[in-house]
Amino acid sequence: MTKILSVKNLVIKFHTFDGVVHALNNVSFDLQKGETLAIVGESGSGKSVSMLSLLHLLPMPPAKIENGEAWFYGAGKEPVDLLKLNRSGISKIRGGKIGFIFQDALSALNPVMTIGRQISESTMEHLGLSHAKAKEKTIKLLDRVGIPGARQRYDNFPHQFSGGMRQRVMIAVSMACNPKIVIADEPTTALDVTVQAQIVDLTKELQKEFKIAVVWITHDLGVVAGMADRVLVMYAGAPVEIAEAQDLYANPQHPYTIGLMNALPSVKGHEDSRLTSIDGMPPDLMEEPHHCQFAWRCPYTFDRCWKEIPQQIMVGENHVVSCFFDVENRRPRGHV
Amino acid sequence: MSEHIRSQKPDSTTENQIMVRVQNLKKHFPITKGIIWSKQVGAVKAVNNVSFDIMKGETLGVVGESGCGKSTTGRAILNLLKPTSGKVFLEDIEITALNDNELRHLRPRMQMIFQDSYDSLNPRHSVAKIIAEPMVVNKTGSPAEIRDRVMELLELVGLNPNHAVRYPHEFSGGQRQRINIAKALALNPDFIVCDEPISALDVSIQAQIVNLFQDLQDQLGLTYLFIAHDLSMVQHISHRVAVMYLGQIMELTSCKNLSDNPLHPYTQSLMSAVPIPDPTRERNRTRIILEGEVPSPSSPPRGCVFHNRCPIAKDFCGDKMPEYKEIIPDHFLACHLADDKGGSLITV
Repeated sequence: MTKILSVKNLVIKFHTFDGVVHALNNVSFDLQKGETLAIVGESGSGKSVSMLSLLHLLPMPPAKIENGEAWFYGAGKEPVDLLKLNRSGISKIRGGKIGFIFQDALSALNPVMTIGRQISESTMEHLGLSHAKAKEKTIKLLDRVGIPGARQRYDNFPHQFSGGMRQRVMIAVSMACNPKIVIADEPTTALDVTVQAQIVDLTKELQKEFKIAVVWITHDLGVVAGMADRVLVMYAGAPVEIAEAQDLYANPQHPYTIGLMNALPSVKGHEDSRLTSIDGMPPDLMEEPHHCQFAWRCPYTFDRCWKEIPQQIMVGENHVVSCFFDVENRRPRGHV
Repeated sequence: MSEHIRSQKPDSTTENQIMVRVQNLKKHFPITKGIIWSKQVGAVKAVNNVSFDIMKGETLGVVGESGCGKSTTGRAILNLLKPTSGKVFLEDIEITALNDNELRHLRPRMQMIFQDSYDSLNPRHSVAKIIAEPMVVNKTGSPAEIRDRVMELLELVGLNPNHAVRYPHEFSGGQRQRINIAKALALNPDFIVCDEPISALDVSIQAQIVNLFQDLQDQLGLTYLFIAHDLSMVQHISHRVAVMYLGQIMELTSCKNLSDNPLHPYTQSLMSAVPIPDPTRERNRTRIILEGEVPSPSSPPRGCVFHNRCPIAKDFCGDKMPEYKEIIPDHFLACHLADDKGGSLITV
């Protein structure tokens, strides 16, 4: 496996009138070629911010990247640090080598431009295709993502499509320029389950076909189970656990991940059982973290949890957790 | 049709008292054309001939895709939207036959909780005022009594009574939903329509609110109509589940039946589309993925509304609408392709 993206020690703060919001605290992870990495977390955990920042899509100010590197290995021979690129540099990569699928397709697409133009525009820009060639490629792509009557639909506007169809158009936009990475930011959250299943399957097919690495941002652990190779669980702006999907579901290590798993009802519902909820609420991000952010809600805290920020600890092959407590053996982890 | 349902149900015992009975409920929204001489050119059939009973102390879940009429059903039952036709009973009172004044006196017994916890709270009122408002309007006691009751309610829903002086924006989504629940409970209702109360919340908070709903039901003997699109959550909280599609109920049965033996092809495909949070099971199961999307409720397909997406549809499915009936005890179904023994025809 070779790396396609490597994010190191990313720290992002939002300088607002009310104070500094510590949105991301020291986020590091790698993305391998062709894999699906799911980023899971509750709202405000920083899962979208981490990805938006890589493509310079955060409004700066108020956002500010305080620290970190993001090495992208897909643009030419030399790796480039996405965060250090200037405007024209990132424009060459954004929408080209790295595609993006947004949650709300209606507001992400330009309402006064036909969808055909929106897709072909990016192929003309990034791949240097002529008008006619771009149109042919676009129609082929629309057909591939399952839009019936692609040639006629080429001249339709976004509002003429249903929610599921619009999301298919978004997928076509993101994959138009043979990207190396596609970042999908909650692409199915606004869709019904039956349509969600269609979109998930389509993304999986296209990913295999074009050998794309997909970063799938979501809060739905069910979707993750079906499609992710690896999962990154985020809490309050920091990754708490990274593991292969099978491993994570069978053997969650961080108390937050364990809590999340227990909070889900099983589909074979038993009427009388209660869900195990995680008490309390996510912390206020206005305060600078000095200790484990999950300590307020964690059932296993001991004195060290309130003194230090836990570092990432390897607990198995490809399984990293940021926690001082070994839940399995009910004792604190030794210094690693 | 519902008379026929009633005759088959043993509902005379005290345990199985019917709290809410809905008979042939319809809600059509007219589509008009023209401004001056406007005339009706069609109707969005949001709810089309829906019948069911809800027992006392029961939670009936309603699931379906967006636009299937589940919220409209909830609102039409409470007469927040005047039904086009059909009858709704609360115990033995026919809600749909009451005039405004009589209805107002009945309102304290039936309440609603909305999805958007922020929009349903007045941002300019303190929590104490919000929760006290129903009691003030209905003159249930002296100011001191109402104040005591507000404190009691806050404690009941798991909020700190000291927070009564705060305003809605000072609370998180989960806490705001708790305020909404307290407000709904203020008048000691018997029946609450919960319209997607947990959809906007994070997973770990969802579990807290679902547990709260269950605790309150145990303590106060509440009856819920629980509307949601998250099938696994609905199955967890409900005793029985109604699956809706294009304004009609396709299948209504107990949760156990629904997960062990779903009979309607739509239910089966809906169940198979719900992702299971377990990689091994999720990756190895066979899925029925429906083609296309839900047709518009203003021009539903002829015959069975599901036949154009149904994986097992036969020619005659497009000819006439299937009858919604109790095919086996406690299992209501609207499908042509089911036999009386439990639909052995329907195995995809």
